[in-house]
Amino acid sequence: MTTAATDRETPPFAAAAREAALTAAVALALTGPMIGLHAASQATGLVIETRWPEVAIAVALVFLGRFLLALLGRAFVWPVLAAGLAVAGGGLFVPFPNALLKAVCVAGGLIVALRAALMLVRPRMTAAARAKPALAARWVAPAAGAAMTAFALLLPVMPFADRQLLDLATLVVIYILLGWGLNIVVGLAGLLDLGYVAFYAVGAYSFALLAQYFAFSFWEALPLAGLFAAMFGVLLGFPVLRLRGDYLAIVTLGFGEMIRIVLTNWVALTRGPNGISGIPKPSFFGAPFARSPPEGTEAFHQIFDLAFSPMHRVIFLYYVALTLALLANVFILRIRTLPIGRAWEALREDEIACRALGLNPTSIKLSAFSLGAMFGGIAGCVFAARQSFISPESFSFIESAIILAIVVLGGMGSQIGVVCAAVLLIGLPEWFRELQDYRMLAFGGLMVMIMVWRPRGLLSHRDPTVRLPAARETPP
Amino acid sequence: MEYFLQQLINGLTLGAIYGLIAIGYTMVYGIVGMINFAHGEIYMIGAFIAVIAFAILGPLGGGGVVVALLVVLLVSMLLTAVYGWTLERLAYRPLRGSPRLAALISAIGMSIFLQNYVQLAQGARTKAMQPVITGGIEVMKGETFTVTLSYVQIMIMVLTLALMAGFWTVIARTPLGRAQRACEQDRAMAALLGVDVDRTISLTFVIGAALAAVAGTMVVLYYGVIDFFIGFLAGIKAFTAAVLGGIGSIPGAMLGGLLIGLIEAFWSGYFSIEYKDVAAFSILVLVLIFRPSGLLGRPEVEKV
Repeated sequence: MTTAATDRETPPFAAAAREAALTAAVALALTGPMIGLHAASQATGLVIETRWPEVAIAVALVFLGRFLLALLGRAFVWPVLAAGLAVAGGGLFVPFPNALLKAVCVAGGLIVALRAALMLVRPRMTAAARAKPALAARWVAPAAGAAMTAFALLLPVMPFADRQLLDLATLVVIYILLGWGLNIVVGLAGLLDLGYVAFYAVGAYSFALLAQYFAFSFWEALPLAGLFAAMFGVLLGFPVLRLRGDYLAIVTLGFGEMIRIVLTNWVALTRGPNGISGIPKPSFFGAPFARSPPEGTEAFHQIFDLAFSPMHRVIFLYYVALTLALLANVFILRIRTLPIGRAWEALREDEIACRALGLNPTSIKLSAFSLGAMFGGIAGCVFAARQSFISPESFSFIESAIILAIVVLGGMGSQIGVVCAAVLLIGLPEWFRELQDYRMLAFGGLMVMIMVWRPRGLLSHRDPTVRLPAARETPP
Repeated sequence: MEYFLQQLINGLTLGAIYGLIAIGYTMVYGIVGMINFAHGEIYMIGAFIAVIAFAILGPLGGGGVVVALLVVLLVSMLLTAVYGWTLERLAYRPLRGSPRLAALISAIGMSIFLQNYVQLAQGARTKAMQPVITGGIEVMKGETFTVTLSYVQIMIMVLTLALMAGFWTVIARTPLGRAQRACEQDRAMAALLGVDVDRTISLTFVIGAALAAVAGTMVVLYYGVIDFFIGFLAGIKAFTAAVLGGIGSIPGAMLGGLLIGLIEAFWSGYFSIEYKDVAAFSILVLVLIFRPSGLLGRPEVEKV
């Protein structure tokens, strides 16, 4: 946006066009060599192929978008709204060389139109209307939580719930569990952990290895997976938790990578990159989900006198994950009001004050770290049961980043925020399977956009869980 | 002895590359106080632009290798700098003054975005390039082992030294360097005294990206093989180097880079090549436990 002085000298359209031309020039420098020139490997070496039409369209779209936004800054609201909608609508019908440019065109047009619409609406909102959400938050959050829980419990009996959806829902619940676990570390205790995936891996591999070498069942391995992960948390946490902020982040990141490297290279134990397959599915408290159970046992459908259906197992696994997640939720909500939970929040706000009050930062951090790790391990165990095959590839840094993104996008410290973010980040991308190739591209872009739009997360929650009762007014 | 010398040479070359990337991390951290997680990706983009430029210049021939190298280096630095500038403008500037984690998530998002952008635009397969500079000097001839110092390695070290010297003059002598140091100490005060903080931060990203592009170009010359994923590991190692040397300290970044390069080379030379990354991280953990502000970093005093 140029200053008011230059606005007076040049007509608004010319100024907006100049701004847009500058942006388009930058876009040309960005896309020209990367998209326009493709270094293709051939037998004779690298050969350059050109794709100029795509570059031209991308630059034109950037020019148009910037031009409309610049006009919006100069109070041409209605024309911009109309133009934004026209671009979005036109994008649907005009043929594009690839789907991505089409999506950018439509989405860009809609975003411009939305911003124009917001400019029309916002001044009309009174201060009271704007203050309303803050008041409403007090009862909205519990109500939304109850509604979500009810929906999650009823999901398997919904008419649209097929096997694929339930499988995806199980994955989302696993990520919610992971998000809540990491939320203890990042959201409550304020420790930035970039290697959370290590505990997830420890949980998954505990179950896989115990099942493979000692024939443990899911139910026997589940508590052990949580315990091992928590022990790992203590083991890793002890030396590093005296580090502050970013140093802690890089060291945890290093540990996460180290665990993955060890899992990849310790072929004798973990079969290395080939992974472990044939991990048993959980049984219904001893009753397997099989059409013809082994001698002497009764299968699930025989006990309840149902016709055999492979769906039973999927539904059961979903409920197992959901139950674990709900238990974790209750546990976390409770522990937040206990002295240890309050100490986490206090430590997040001011470590020095905590020390002055006689709290031991190392043991408090260690408890947060190991509890978070325990939930990670439990989630890993469920994950291994869902996949029945795991390999070190599933536990790369990108997983840590996704879990951290769920916590931060949701709003640190907010339980419901984690649920929203997990559904948004894990559920939605699976939905748009057709855009498979562009999934991660959109994922990264979405992370940046949400952060720029709401830097404190979708639902931020930083108030202390427990407050002192308001001081009584002293008589004059 | 010969083997040791060869590992030393390899380690120094690798260290020079890590050091150049680490400077980008350390400068940004010094001024903005955030981990620019997408910096590894910027380095990767620099390498890709260099490959594309080589592929264009290759068939033209003539002109000599030196001119081609210079052109490629300049093109890569320039275009990568535009990426660095845009990155800051789009993903970090709107978040200035927000919680630090928000900027970190935005950076991780950008890193994922850029990685997939390059993968989509240039393909997921590794790109191999004909070596441009071949040959080297035989430094020492042992009975079983000959120590060679290739011309590429010489070029990498000389170029790194020259860039470091130039960069050091910029920081120490020019108005830009003065503004950068002022912003590092106290951004609000610098703004009050007439330093254009936004412009200084933008230029910091531009310089960091240009140095990363040099590192990318040199990796293309040295290894001749790149793919869209190289930015991740190099980025982590370079950040480790920056922390090892003391984040915020520019000589520290160079020292840290050299140390990480040497550790990696010696570890893969004498122990196991699979666990070389584990070695680098273990050393980092040890250093941080016993010297939490890095080797050359000033200890941070927390005021109440």
